[in-house]
Amino acid sequence: MLNDKGRPTTPTAPNTAPAETFTGNRALQIEEPLLFEMGRLDVSGVDLPDAPKTKSKLGAHARRTPIDLPGLSEPEAMRHYVRLSQKNYAIDAGIYPLGSCTMKHNPRLNEKMARLPGFADIHPLQPISTVPGAIELISELGRWLLELTGLHTVAISPKAGAHGELCGMMAIKAALDARGDRRSVVLVPESAHGTNPATAALLGYRVEEVPARADGTVDPEEVKKRLSPQVAAIMLTNPNTCGLFERDVVAIADAVHAAGAFFYADGANFNAIVGKVKPGDLGVDAMHINLHKTFSTPHGGGGPGAGPVVLSDKLAPFAPVPYVQIQAGKPEFIWTRRDPAAKATFGRMTAFHGQMGMFVRALSYMLAHGADGMRQASEDAVLNANYVRAGLADIMSQPFGDRPCMHEALFDDSFLEGTGVTTLDFAKAMIDEGFHPMTMYFPLVVHGALLIEPTESESKASLDLFVATLRELVMRAKRGEPERFHQAPMHAPRRRLDETRAARAPKLRWEKPQPWSEAAE
Amino acid sequence: MRYLPNTDEDRAAMLARVGVGSIDDLFADIPSAKRLSGLVDLPTTKSEIEVERVLGAMAAKNVAAASVPFFVGAGAYRHHVPASVDHLIQRSEFLTSYTPYQPEIAQGTLQYLFEFQTQVANLTGMEVANASMYDGSTATAEAVLMAQRLTRRAKAVLSGGLHPQYRSVVETVSRMAGDSVVALPPDPAATEAVLAAIDADTACVVVQTPSFYGHLIDLAPIAEKAHAVGALLVAVFTEVVALGAIEPPGSQGADIVVGEGQSIGNPLTFGGPYVGLFATRQKFVRQMPGRLCGETVDAEGKRGFVLTLSTREQHIRRDKATSNICTNSGLCSLAFTIHMSLLGEFGLSRLAALNHANAVALAESLSEVPGVNVLNDSFFNEFTIRISGDAATVIEKLAVRGILGGVPVSRLEFDNPDLADLIVVAATEINTEADRAAYARTLKEVL
Amino acid sequence: MPIRYTRDHEWIRLEGDVATVGVSDYAQAQLGDVVFVELPEVGKLLAKGAEAAVIESVKAASEIFAPVAGEVIEVNGALADEPGTVNADPEGEGWFLRLRVTNPTEVEALMTIDSYQEFLRTI
Repeated sequence: MLNDKGRPTTPTAPNTAPAETFTGNRALQIEEPLLFEMGRLDVSGVDLPDAPKTKSKLGAHARRTPIDLPGLSEPEAMRHYVRLSQKNYAIDAGIYPLGSCTMKHNPRLNEKMARLPGFADIHPLQPISTVPGAIELISELGRWLLELTGLHTVAISPKAGAHGELCGMMAIKAALDARGDRRSVVLVPESAHGTNPATAALLGYRVEEVPARADGTVDPEEVKKRLSPQVAAIMLTNPNTCGLFERDVVAIADAVHAAGAFFYADGANFNAIVGKVKPGDLGVDAMHINLHKTFSTPHGGGGPGAGPVVLSDKLAPFAPVPYVQIQAGKPEFIWTRRDPAAKATFGRMTAFHGQMGMFVRALSYMLAHGADGMRQASEDAVLNANYVRAGLADIMSQPFGDRPCMHEALFDDSFLEGTGVTTLDFAKAMIDEGFHPMTMYFPLVVHGALLIEPTESESKASLDLFVATLRELVMRAKRGEPERFHQAPMHAPRRRLDETRAARAPKLRWEKPQPWSEAAE
Repeated sequence: MRYLPNTDEDRAAMLARVGVGSIDDLFADIPSAKRLSGLVDLPTTKSEIEVERVLGAMAAKNVAAASVPFFVGAGAYRHHVPASVDHLIQRSEFLTSYTPYQPEIAQGTLQYLFEFQTQVANLTGMEVANASMYDGSTATAEAVLMAQRLTRRAKAVLSGGLHPQYRSVVETVSRMAGDSVVALPPDPAATEAVLAAIDADTACVVVQTPSFYGHLIDLAPIAEKAHAVGALLVAVFTEVVALGAIEPPGSQGADIVVGEGQSIGNPLTFGGPYVGLFATRQKFVRQMPGRLCGETVDAEGKRGFVLTLSTREQHIRRDKATSNICTNSGLCSLAFTIHMSLLGEFGLSRLAALNHANAVALAESLSEVPGVNVLNDSFFNEFTIRISGDAATVIEKLAVRGILGGVPVSRLEFDNPDLADLIVVAATEINTEADRAAYARTLKEVL
Repeated sequence: MPIRYTRDHEWIRLEGDVATVGVSDYAQAQLGDVVFVELPEVGKLLAKGAEAAVIESVKAASEIFAPVAGEVIEVNGALADEPGTVNADPEGEGWFLRLRVTNPTEVEALMTIDSYQEFLRTI
């Protein structure tokens, strides 16, 4: 008997134009309204017991102004946030080649460890006798950071890299103040990240830029020319933001020290050299470490980070509390200025003790990798970047010549000259291909910069596809198809957004739409 | 190694493609005298089993808040976070995404930031809020810097009710930035004359309410005096749940409102990561530090969101930036906004009412213990008690007996012997009647 | 006096001892969409070359320097609501400020329109 219940199992011939839908949705991509457009003031996704009947001690302070916040039931909330999440790119979904961001894999074990109640459910001010394991964890993290950097004191409280920069520069300022030495200038390479001059200026220093030489690195002679009794410090990133190791770093450090100044190292690019060289051996006086870069704590869409700062013995006395210091070969946790070791501390960067949640995750990463794993990770990070560079060297333009890089490869936009395609257009076309773009327009010293940092987490196969795609995009640009680039991205949840409009007439919060009669007035 | 996808075969092929003989050729720029020849003096790689064993052992040594009657506050509070919050923040697209610099593929992050900013503005009664700071203490320091920029004056007056560590952070930043701070003495009884300290040189006056000691402060007269001399009022809170029950600083004349958002969505985690809240008047928005998310449209006219007013920030303004902040509190602000969306004002009001009632009940029980005196006439979920004896010693004795009874003020104000008999006590919705009874009973035993 | 230009792409038009200052068409094209202009306070005394104003586009902030010394007597408040005027009409409605010039000969020393066009060809 023939089966007459059949139905087609191959698709019908596709329409070339996608049909507009009633909802505006496109299958799994949902047009999700704002919380304020869907929540209700009398709905809550949290059930709470009734409050015991007591008198009020709020006095005249009881709230009269409406709070005006809508609530969602649990199923509505799940849907709202799951749908929002589906509009985001993520490391878990694909390569995230942002130069100087070190978007490596975030091990899930880290998340499990951070959620152990003994770490997550302890209060910073409960009696010290009830948290010996927390002190042990922080001290152990300190020990690892200090062994990797070759120094003996680490200020653990800064909450992010920029906060760590502030910490390191404050320690330098405190050291100079302590010896009655008023200095007013900080040297910063042209290629520096914006946080460097911003930090220096916050502390009242005038910033003087040091130009790079033709090969993209800092010339110690250019530094020496600018050294004087007025210079408090130099802020160097090593490897620098062009992805190159500052090979004259020791000569620079020596010159800086001879002039009575200090060497601040921006540790954003530490991932290239962990286990290969110790910054302390290069003459560094202060270096912040981005735990959310080198040590895999998740980027979380913009934080939280952590930026502990390792300090040389010259700066150690001024470390802000709390900090970890190697004393008699063991790491000691110094809580407050009550501790005699901290009598010259320059003060406090934050309430409580720093980003414990990130400390647990970072130590979990370190324990998992170990000395051998971390060195292998640095080598793989550098090899991966060079592999990408080698795959693109013939068709993309390298500003400092075709030479090996460290963990990130820098290109400028000369290869796009005459194509009508800018770095921005190129990046947006990458989005359609399923890749997050590399860092664009940074560092500022190179025109239309494209800075690619694959990290050690990318497989060779992943990099092969990435390189092949970029090659195809370059060919497409050179073939004279700029319109496709100008229209990109075409497949993302949103097309290009009007940033001018957002800046000219800033709408920074949801406003209740006015009824017609009021709007007409 | 489980996190490194390439094999030795892959590496060999890649080295060949790059055109070098060995990996060390790629590290040739490191001065040979400084290159490490062997491994650093640290343990080698561990399996997950081994890592769990090491870290689990450390964690097991700590007394978790859930395991005992718990009344510790003083700037960080233990609240119940609904299970769905932690589940949602662990979604890959939230956990492992970056700052939304490519807005077309980051609308998830940008839309929740826009919602977060609106929630914070409404809670505080202000016109505009940013996308978060590191925490309440650094937000306070940034607010002071902002007030100094706006008024072009250098002096900040800090109320004696300000959290001692917040005071310390502001003092450190101010000293380093070349500004001055007048910190009024600690004010456990809420009797200070802050109005008298405001003069024509004042850039801002910083007042915490509920104060560190728990008192509820009337901000309106302080705002009035400050404005009369051209100064700004910076209002601070460390317990954001309080805004569910008390009049917000925005409706009392505050110019900048900063505080700690940890209570909503974020566990205690021994002090961090937390989430700083920052809100101000629309007219000051260009001087506000931190990231801002704004609404716009895309090329097809569809509503979308982008980071905006970036020219205030470090990556553009460099040495003229309003702050050097870059990474802030992303995932913690997501946890905050999810929890706040689940609560809504209906749930937040109930939560706040429950907190307040539990605190009132606790205060009543404790005041019946001989040798205990509750200092506060008004409070939200935290108050200060004076006890007969050394507070630090008593807290330690309570801990030994399985009660975490609060924070001895001397833990944070160690130079001041007059404060050595004070304990700051917090009560939240997680405390039961049995907890309160246990505390009162045990306190009676140890005093 | 006809319009003059500086190497920093400001233009200046002098009438008597009052000069109007803005940025050139080249400058607005380089900056992109202007989103905000920070203008000095009326009454401010500016030395030649001192920072007079700041223009912000979405991705950049540029300082505008006083082409000659003078006292700020008027600023273009309309730019607060319509910063895009700087892009649309940089050398007309997009003016920034008016100065009471200390030394009018300083204006004569600046580039003429021809010299400025010449200069633009070199960069």
